Amino acid sequence: MAAVTERFQARPGEPLRLVFTLVRREIWDTLRDWRIVVPIVILTVFFPILMSFVADLALTWVAKYGDPIIGERLIPFLLMVVGFFPISFSLVIALETFVGEKERSSLEPLLATPLTDAQLYMGKTLAAVIPPLLAAYLGITVYLTGLFFFEGWTASPALLALVITLTTAEAVVMVSGAVVLSSQTTSVRAANLLASFIIIPMALLVQGEALIMFYANYSVLWWVALFLIVVDVVLVRMGIHIFSREELLGREIDELNLAFLWRVFVGYLRWDRWFFGVSKQRTADGQKPPLLLRWLGTLCGLYCRDIPAILRRSWMAHAVVIVGLLGSLYIGYAFAARYQLPPDTLQLDQVSVETFAELPAVDWLPTFTAWGVFSNNLRALLLATLLAVFSFGTLAVGLLMAPMAIVFFFVAQVAHLGYSPLLFFATFVLPHGLLEMPAATMATALAVRLGATFISPPRGMTVGEGWLWALADFIKVFFALVLPLLAFAAAIEVHVTPLVVVWAFGG
Amino acid sequence: MIELISLTKRFDDFTAVDQVSLSVAAGEILALLGPNGAGKTTTVRMLGAILHPTAGRAVVAGYDVVEHPREVRRRVGLLTEQPGLYLRMKGGAYLDFFGRLMGLDAGEREGRARELLDSFGMPEAWDRRMGTYSKGMRQKMALARAMLHNPSVLLLDEPTSAMDPYSAKLVRDSIVGLRHHQRAIVICTHNLAEAEALADRIAVIRRGRIIALGTVAELKSRLLGPPLMELRLAHAIDGAHDGVVKLLSGLVKIEAQGQGWLRYFTPSPQEVNPRVLQALASQQVDVVTLSPVPRSLEDVYLRVVEV
Repeated sequence: MAAVTERFQARPGEPLRLVFTLVRREIWDTLRDWRIVVPIVILTVFFPILMSFVADLALTWVAKYGDPIIGERLIPFLLMVVGFFPISFSLVIALETFVGEKERSSLEPLLATPLTDAQLYMGKTLAAVIPPLLAAYLGITVYLTGLFFFEGWTASPALLALVITLTTAEAVVMVSGAVVLSSQTTSVRAANLLASFIIIPMALLVQGEALIMFYANYSVLWWVALFLIVVDVVLVRMGIHIFSREELLGREIDELNLAFLWRVFVGYLRWDRWFFGVSKQRTADGQKPPLLLRWLGTLCGLYCRDIPAILRRSWMAHAVVIVGLLGSLYIGYAFAARYQLPPDTLQLDQVSVETFAELPAVDWLPTFTAWGVFSNNLRALLLATLLAVFSFGTLAVGLLMAPMAIVFFFVAQVAHLGYSPLLFFATFVLPHGLLEMPAATMATALAVRLGATFISPPRGMTVGEGWLWALADFIKVFFALVLPLLAFAAAIEVHVTPLVVVWAFGG
Repeated sequence: MIELISLTKRFDDFTAVDQVSLSVAAGEILALLGPNGAGKTTTVRMLGAILHPTAGRAVVAGYDVVEHPREVRRRVGLLTEQPGLYLRMKGGAYLDFFGRLMGLDAGEREGRARELLDSFGMPEAWDRRMGTYSKGMRQKMALARAMLHNPSVLLLDEPTSAMDPYSAKLVRDSIVGLRHHQRAIVICTHNLAEAEALADRIAVIRRGRIIALGTVAELKSRLLGPPLMELRLAHAIDGAHDGVVKLLSGLVKIEAQGQGWLRYFTPSPQEVNPRVLQALASQQVDVVTLSPVPRSLEDVYLRVVEV
């Protein structure tokens, strides 16, 4: 029998074979559940026929009132609806996939097989997505066949490709999200309750798609499809990363152990006292170091040891932010080239200190005081952090890119207007930007880590532990570096930058 | 075959398994006993490479459970606490599914599955949906699933629970057969008679720690003292027979006595008992029986867990 194991390892394509063994069994099981099969059959066969009949009636009816465009727009809309209804069942199947098996105690034997975590995840995900998706394709075929016979209407290949892409991407979004939920909860009831986080955004998305479909703005829908594909990739990657046997069997109840979480968090928040070799709480002779030395040790431990370590371990997030900044540079220049300002818009030689004082008159800018600038920057960074948590870090980068793109837009514009862009940048931006930009970059990078931890928790940590670690790092960097830098930058922006600008451009 | 070195598992701040160290050789059966929640299932899950140890090390069938979990799972047969069957499936299809996952080819899958169902006395289970099985059949089907790939290590959680006596005997015979084929077997059970009958060694676990480990005889001797002998006489020991008690007191320490009987501990019955019988015969006291008092594993277990 030992030979069996060796053969098992040697077979080519073994990982995929195992996945498809699992997929086949799961689909077989799904197709034997009448509570799933009957609605799918109704939505696949009966509903599309009804829709093609409705479309036919609508076309005839609106044609009587000389407004055929409504009917023409209704057909693609119904095509999308016919595709979406069967895939709504993928959510039910996927939500049940792990937690349902756990409730029926049939999960542990499966976990005891040589299937890897990734194979289990992929097998379950594919098994949840394939039947509803095939039903959706079949429904679309039935609907189009009906329309062809009733109206002689055929869909353009582009429209058909768009609807199929949207339907597939939506199904994968729902299933990959639901499988993550199913693997992280301990009861089907809890998974169903949490499914609101999938159902509500999907409902809003479909409503939006329906509106765009009525406007026949298909290029926008292709962007929506692209967005959904990106979300698919993120969710599948997240699922593979956070799915583990440990999580499935380790927890019996969804209890929030706040005391434990707090202890873990405080542990991450602490750092070792260090002052050039004096790192112990007590000196060699067992005495406490003097108070001043302890204070210096605390500060030095944070700034010389802990913060550099945090920045080193956040290098990937910093790289992402820097790529984003380079992107904003490109966007700023690209827009400046496309939308050039009239020559008299920017008259830098007429800039004076009063020009800066008049800035509050522009509604969307903060009061031009140190506090106004500081609080505005603080709000923006905190908002970016909040958005990062809900967007796997992406929106934080976007929020930083927007003002930087505007800055680079103006840098490019002044070049078009005959001024030196370098001088403009050096005088308008650099005096405070030397402090503000690193502060914003670090805060955004740490915020990206907060969001990205959900997709890719640090090795050996659960998502919760990884997130608390990222939060502790964020807090330390924010209070120790970002806030002081922002405060100094705000003071310089209000009190120094205008003087430098006036000195350089003379008003 | 199985080696645990300070194996520890913590869930948040709860320690389920605390520095457990033990080993199970090929051809050995170890019974893991303990109250509910003692850490038996968690230990077995770590040995089956389903849960990661928080600390310590476990080597199963030559592979570390953390470094080579797939290799471990290929070589382990795990019978879970609940049968956990797919009730819509037929027995044959179910075993075929797990046979595929375990890497058996088609011929091996069917041959081995039918062989196991036959040996458990349920060949008809092949074509029946598992939802129609009795509790005992479900348990046997789960056991067949665990044994299907002929694993070198078997981890069995309550292997005969819910079975009728005949089925339980079939399963026990099958486990004994596996021992003869040099499989290392760990049985978690609350059935102490079964553990005593099957296991070469017993480990008692409580609050995640091994609190007793050894053969049944070793544990009895260690925890219950030396063998307790019971002497039954033809006549009641009354005042007229005080001499008997006095006589035996010189040879053994009498633990208890009643009408026509007395008990004494002796670490070496083969030396002491003949002398006792000779002394009684010399005084013309009629002896009905002299035998060891049966002491079950239950006595050992209760003594251990009550400490």
